[in-house]
Amino acid sequence: MGIDNIWVFAQAADGVPTTGTLELLTKARSLGGNVSAFIAGDGAGAAAALGDHGAAKVYATGDLAGALPGVAVAAAMRAVIDGGDSPDLIMFPQSYEGRDVMSRLSVKLDRTVLTNSTSITVDGDSVTVQTPIFGGTKLVNSTFTGERPFLASFRPKSFVAEGGAGGAGEVVAAPVPDVGAAGGAKVTAVHVEETSGPKLDEAAVVVAGGRGLGEAEKFDMVESLAKTLKGAPGASRAIVDAGWVPYSYQVGQTGKVVKPTVYIAAGISGATQHMVGMKGAKNIIAINKDKEAPIFGVADLGIVGDVHKVLPQLIAALEARG
Amino acid sequence: MNVIVCVKQIPDPALPGELDPSTNTLKRDGKLILDESDSYGVEMALQLVTAAGGGEVFLVSMAPNGETSGLRTALAMGAAKAVLVSDPSLAGADALTTAKVLAGATKQLGDADLIIAGTESSDGYTGTVPEQLAEVLGLPSVTFAKSIEIADGTLKVDRQTESGYDEVTCSLPAVVSVTAGVVEPRYPSFKGIMAAKSKPVETVTAADLGIESVSWAQQITSVEDAPEREAGEVIEDDGETFNKIVEYLDNLKVI
Repeated sequence: MGIDNIWVFAQAADGVPTTGTLELLTKARSLGGNVSAFIAGDGAGAAAALGDHGAAKVYATGDLAGALPGVAVAAAMRAVIDGGDSPDLIMFPQSYEGRDVMSRLSVKLDRTVLTNSTSITVDGDSVTVQTPIFGGTKLVNSTFTGERPFLASFRPKSFVAEGGAGGAGEVVAAPVPDVGAAGGAKVTAVHVEETSGPKLDEAAVVVAGGRGLGEAEKFDMVESLAKTLKGAPGASRAIVDAGWVPYSYQVGQTGKVVKPTVYIAAGISGATQHMVGMKGAKNIIAINKDKEAPIFGVADLGIVGDVHKVLPQLIAALEARG
Repeated sequence: MNVIVCVKQIPDPALPGELDPSTNTLKRDGKLILDESDSYGVEMALQLVTAAGGGEVFLVSMAPNGETSGLRTALAMGAAKAVLVSDPSLAGADALTTAKVLAGATKQLGDADLIIAGTESSDGYTGTVPEQLAEVLGLPSVTFAKSIEIADGTLKVDRQTESGYDEVTCSLPAVVSVTAGVVEPRYPSFKGIMAAKSKPVETVTAADLGIESVSWAQQITSVEDAPEREAGEVIEDDGETFNKIVEYLDNLKVI
């Protein structure tokens, strides 16, 4: 029976699908068969881009009226499946909403989930996903053995988004049924943390700071270097947890996955949780005073030195070049 | 107000992880410690109970070999008692099975106003158990909470998003997953550590919870080494190495 019917949980901001969504649609269409997107909201704005990346059909829940997507979208998916369109595979971005929807649906359908995957292989009826573990040093291949649909989530940048698949997807209403007490959570206000310069996960240059900076104020050096290089500032989990910078700066397993041309790690030792988020950078420069720091194991250029000396010198030298 | 916290006991993350060669699952048969990610939930629960002016913090956990070292840490912080599900049939269980088991364990503790979990464990990091648990129990949930308040019987949460945060209100009872850094976990006091030794930990099997057969629909087929990233040049700073960085960036044409 093969894998003939694939859904992708689609996310969009202001009608523009996220890159992660388009990556999954591109991969889904390379696996063959019918590809549909499933989106919260009316789907009208996103249908063209979703179709261009492979979604012939766009299931749209309509306005969620402040409900969190986890419960609502999973219930809408369940209703479509009960209605007769049952996919073989549902792919989710490894995002907050992706995880929530997948988790809820997993219980509703009594299906296992495989998360944090970076690749997928279909061989006849068998579907296998690959997940990095131990900071990306080992790759685990796991195969679904039960009933369909198979539920899997994928890290950002696991695949490359490519358009050109066709016209806008046909929008099909997939209303949210009554979810009872489970729908008790409502969003009452949305806060966007403004950042200037390129987005962290899209920047060609990322300068990230860690505990080695010593104190929160010293993160200014990281921001200054990032600005000089027209890049984005990032951070290790340690200093996000310490409250020095907002969570949106975090690079790593629980933060953003970045693959810039150059990644400069300043005062970051290279904990497993951090490396997972930046090992895909084309070039890595590390500055750290501990020469045993794991970050030097992946750095193309490693400077064993004090970030408080090297960074100001570097910023001054770059500014002098103009 | 009573709060249940889901805690995981994991192999010390400071030690290199090891896979069981026969099953390719993480070896968990040695000493286990409280997952640091869960210490935030324990602290949050203790603070909420204090703020509410009364109640208890209870723990649920699933671990092999009746392991309680990590639970004792959380009990020493101030939790009152724990239910531990320990059952060889659950070795290598998937997230869905774990959620069903934890749901069963919470029922052993009676009605709670709130269930708190970490967003993901530091060893398996599947990251779905809190939301699956909520669905098994038919409860609303708010994931990725970076602050929690309870006022007039309603939960108020600031929930992390990709671009900032949302303010969310939620009816109780509910399940909330908390991010690291949501609060500063306390260190257990000596008195707390001594008291924890005699706090009740009820050890049960899956069958005791009414879960008769467990199985999961995934199989690890192989594990391979990831392609190594070669280490490059590492040099000691002599006050001039910034020039090396400039040169390197210049070669890449990013400046």
